[in-house]
Amino acid sequence: MSPVVLCVKEIPTNIPLEAESISPDLFVERSQGEIEAMPVALGNETYRLSDFFTVEGERSDEIVVEGCAGRVKWIGSGMTRGRVIVHGDVGMHAGSYMRGGEIIVEGNADDFLGVEMQGGLIRVKGNARHRVGAAYRGSKYGMQGGTILVDGNVGHEVGAYMRRGLIVIKGNAEDFLGAMMMTGTICLFGQAGIRTGGGMQKGTIICMRPVDLLPTFAYDCTYAPVFLRILFKELKQFGVECPAQANGLVRRYHGDLADVGKGEILIAA
Amino acid sequence: MEINGVHIDETYAEAFGAYAGRVTITACSKTWAYEAARSMTGFGTSVIGCGCEVAIEGIEPTDTPDDRPGVSVLLFAMSKKAVQEQLINRIGQCVMTAPTSACYNALEAEDRLSIGGKLKFFGDGFQISKRFDSRITGNGSSPRRFWRIPVMDGEFIVEDRFGVQKGVAGGNFLLLGRELPATLQAAERAIEVMRKVPGVIMPFPGGVVRSGSKVGSRYKFLNASSNTAFCPSLRRAVKSELPEGVGAVLEIVIDGLTPEAVGEAMRVGIRAACGPGIVKISAGNYGGKLGKHHFHLHQLLAEG
Repeated sequence: MSPVVLCVKEIPTNIPLEAESISPDLFVERSQGEIEAMPVALGNETYRLSDFFTVEGERSDEIVVEGCAGRVKWIGSGMTRGRVIVHGDVGMHAGSYMRGGEIIVEGNADDFLGVEMQGGLIRVKGNARHRVGAAYRGSKYGMQGGTILVDGNVGHEVGAYMRRGLIVIKGNAEDFLGAMMMTGTICLFGQAGIRTGGGMQKGTIICMRPVDLLPTFAYDCTYAPVFLRILFKELKQFGVECPAQANGLVRRYHGDLADVGKGEILIAA
Repeated sequence: MEINGVHIDETYAEAFGAYAGRVTITACSKTWAYEAARSMTGFGTSVIGCGCEVAIEGIEPTDTPDDRPGVSVLLFAMSKKAVQEQLINRIGQCVMTAPTSACYNALEAEDRLSIGGKLKFFGDGFQISKRFDSRITGNGSSPRRFWRIPVMDGEFIVEDRFGVQKGVAGGNFLLLGRELPATLQAAERAIEVMRKVPGVIMPFPGGVVRSGSKVGSRYKFLNASSNTAFCPSLRRAVKSELPEGVGAVLEIVIDGLTPEAVGEAMRVGIRAACGPGIVKISAGNYGGKLGKHHFHLHQLLAEG
């Protein structure tokens, strides 16, 4: 099944384009004409998808987006199957509410990547901005399953309110990484900002570099948990190699003692 | 039929359907992985007296979930519930207690039993679940959940659910030898090659049984008793199955994940056993009335 290729035409204003219709679930049973006629929103106006994209292909659960899609929001939102490959940047909310399938972003991702996703895989080869895998404001839970791999850096509040799932960041993270986290796993290879794990109840944050911890985290021991071996072994299949300085030994801190205090931050020793 | 001058009896082994589970035990070294596995497989020779048949599989796993040295163990019992009970007890008492060990499911099956999900309570509320997406674990469509149970040397990792599938228990053959030393050597030769067959175990000590049993006894309280027809010392006292010149009989019992695996193990085992000092190879059955799997010796050996 050959993919549906969307090539971004010039977007006339700086207003982001809202394109929830770019989803494998919606493309898989539609002809090219039907795909071209799918609605997208620019401001308070509704347009056809073909007004902003050239469309080639039909009836496929694989979508390739060419051109500058950095201001195209909601790509792959709520998808349950298939694959979306973005050859460039992707706009806000990509992969939000996602339940399955795969999104590969060759460039950078904007805010709210994979927010409240429940399954599937998102791989960003560049940087991602704020609230990756987190919860929308007012929601109880963030990401509840699936995997997000970011090769570059990420912004603030990544994994906030996260409940299950895995986020791996090969670069640095800004402040409030894993804030209010319920469960799940965040693995940070680079440098963390301040207030990492603030308010976390349960869950695991693995940091390969030293972190300035909040005073509400208590040191337990230095040990080599076996589950890290499982995690790093499986990550190798995505080309994510464990950093050279990691010898398996970690310093374990538990917290946030201002809350339940059953979370853990593991810092490479 | 004869192989290397050994007569192959025209009979068949009668085996039963059973439920099987397979676990991989890892540890910091092969020594400790084997210590845990040996402990787990203790007192597991027969479902009649032990509740299950369990042994270390001959082929070591080359790829373990945590990349540490590992050992594979197969366990057979008569029901899924019995498999679950045995796995919980044996992993809880024998694997979790072994330093540095971890225990993983090694059987992909539709039916899965909660094992780690029960053992987790040992963590007294401090146990931690780690659930990895199937894309991460490469486990088909099912995510894998591991439990991290805090213990005194760090933490014990055990998988949440273990696969269970129908298997075969009670495949067997009998080595009828002139005297015990040669018969035992033949049994050792057989076991050595049978351990190279994947998906089978020989659950008795060293893989060999000397106390084969028959159904029933003259005592009301006993369901099974010595297979007197094959006891050399009772040759003249009971209706004996032993030809003249036979001074010792040893049995090899095989449990396997599939009938094909059991058949293959029997085939290579019998071929290896046929040698000096062995008079005849036979097999145990109950007239075909009890077990649904029949392994005809001539048919098996003709296939190879």
